Amino acid sequence: MADRTALLSVRDLRKTYPSATGPVEAIGSVGFDVRPGELVCIVGPSGCGKTTLLKCISGLLPPSAGEVTLDGAVVTAPPRTMAVVFQEYGRSLYPWLTVGDNVALPLRARGVGRAERQRAVEHALEEVGLAQAARKYPWQLSGGMQQRVAIARAVAYRPEVLVMDEPFAAVDAQTRADLEDLVRRVWKDLGVTVLFVTHDIDESVYLGERVLVLSASPTVVQEDLAIDLPAERDQLTTRALPRFTELRTHVYEQIQAAKRGEAAVR
Amino acid sequence: MTTVPGPGSHRGAGPGGVADDHPRPGRHGAGGTSATAPAPAVPGRRRRSWRRTGLGALGVLGFAATWELVARAELVNPEYLPPITTTLARLVAELGETRFWSALGDTVVTWALGLGLALGAALVLGTVIGLVPFLRRATHTTIEFLRPIPSVAIIPLAVLLAGLSREAALIVVVYAPFWQVLIQVLYGIADVDAVARDTARSFGLGRRHRLRHLVLPTALPYVITGFRLAASIALVLTITAELVIGNPGIGRQIDLLRSAPDAPGLYAMVLVTGALGLAVNLGTRAVERRALHWHPSVRREVPQ
Repeated sequence: MADRTALLSVRDLRKTYPSATGPVEAIGSVGFDVRPGELVCIVGPSGCGKTTLLKCISGLLPPSAGEVTLDGAVVTAPPRTMAVVFQEYGRSLYPWLTVGDNVALPLRARGVGRAERQRAVEHALEEVGLAQAARKYPWQLSGGMQQRVAIARAVAYRPEVLVMDEPFAAVDAQTRADLEDLVRRVWKDLGVTVLFVTHDIDESVYLGERVLVLSASPTVVQEDLAIDLPAERDQLTTRALPRFTELRTHVYEQIQAAKRGEAAVR
Repeated sequence: MTTVPGPGSHRGAGPGGVADDHPRPGRHGAGGTSATAPAPAVPGRRRRSWRRTGLGALGVLGFAATWELVARAELVNPEYLPPITTTLARLVAELGETRFWSALGDTVVTWALGLGLALGAALVLGTVIGLVPFLRRATHTTIEFLRPIPSVAIIPLAVLLAGLSREAALIVVVYAPFWQVLIQVLYGIADVDAVARDTARSFGLGRRHRLRHLVLPTALPYVITGFRLAASIALVLTITAELVIGNPGIGRQIDLLRSAPDAPGLYAMVLVTGALGLAVNLGTRAVERRALHWHPSVRREVPQ
């Protein structure tokens, strides 16, 4: 199953936690490949270990078994070519730094010069539609705008892989729709590979070129589904397509089956 | 610490409180208001704040009137309690004397030196200990044992080490504030948010950048709280040391005026210590508002 063209490979990844009643198996065995430039959504029932999986992939948590490889190298620490957007933007952005300084901090740590940093920050904030906000503090912005700042920070970092962990779970529905379109645009503009974790079935189908449905814990990949919707997506027309409804119904059934602990429905 | 905190330090934990009583500044969001929080200046509350100022002034006037009446009625031996008007007149006369200003200068220098030394040492040691789990575990018991020893109890030791000098006074002044700030630094360093830390790691922030941009800013609210409490305690200890050790300063003036005996002068100097305490408290609050302008306890958020 090894894919030679894969940028990111997850091989038989397992994660168990110790507990009073013996080890708890959070992730049974997860394996998949992501090719360069793909936009993959990972969706699964709540509590299925999505965040644990992402932490293992992004090198923040060592897996109990199996491995993650990026560009052929085994991930043992957060890789330089990967950027993460966390769900909790309020805790991920530093309140003592301005928006501009938050975006610039990773570049500063990497030793990027002042002038180039300035340019990268301006460009990234423009990309997310916050060109005027550089001097503000994150807490002076709305939740949706704060998550835009977090996305700008990831964009400025110039990653090959952009990992997003339920980034819009805490924003309201209208803001969420705007942010979804922003993710599609960033993905196209930058040509990055995106791994987007969500618990929202509609969101996964609308955003993804491919959807990985996870089972309930201990987690395995229940289904790997290609999303054959048009490349240009629109909140109104795309969501009104019969094919969109078919796909979301299919994913919904898979997740219901996953919750009941059944194998994939065909 | 058996001494009470200086005037006005009614907010937050008193000195010598158990570890759990220490103010824990909150982080982000609604849970962020804490015991350390000064009332945020919201424009809509201006009227209420004026009323508070008015009530405060009324209270001071009431106190002064009571003092005056009690003294004039000679309910207390006038040798021990001069009227406030006499005391204030004496205070104004003292303001024209060089000996007063040099005493005040001595007190302020001893206080500032002591506070500065305590802050500096606590910051450096606290950061080092806080960052190294082994050191934290190794020093925990010792710190918990040394911390509650009252500063005044080490006065004889300080005199033995440094004689009847400012140095001896400094040992006393540094002791309690040092522990106060050290404990706060240790708590602050341990309070780094998990998501904030994951963010720093995933974006490849090295040790130096993590310390400067994540760990120290996280600890800052704690440090400022420690600083505010320490500033008041240091003033109390400065006056105490001058009274007991006899190094130059307002405290020594109080003792000299007591043995003169010169009650109006004595009361005037006590009022000066009160004013000093007030000034210290106002100053430290201004520092707090400035340094923590981003903190939920201080910042003004846009209503959403």
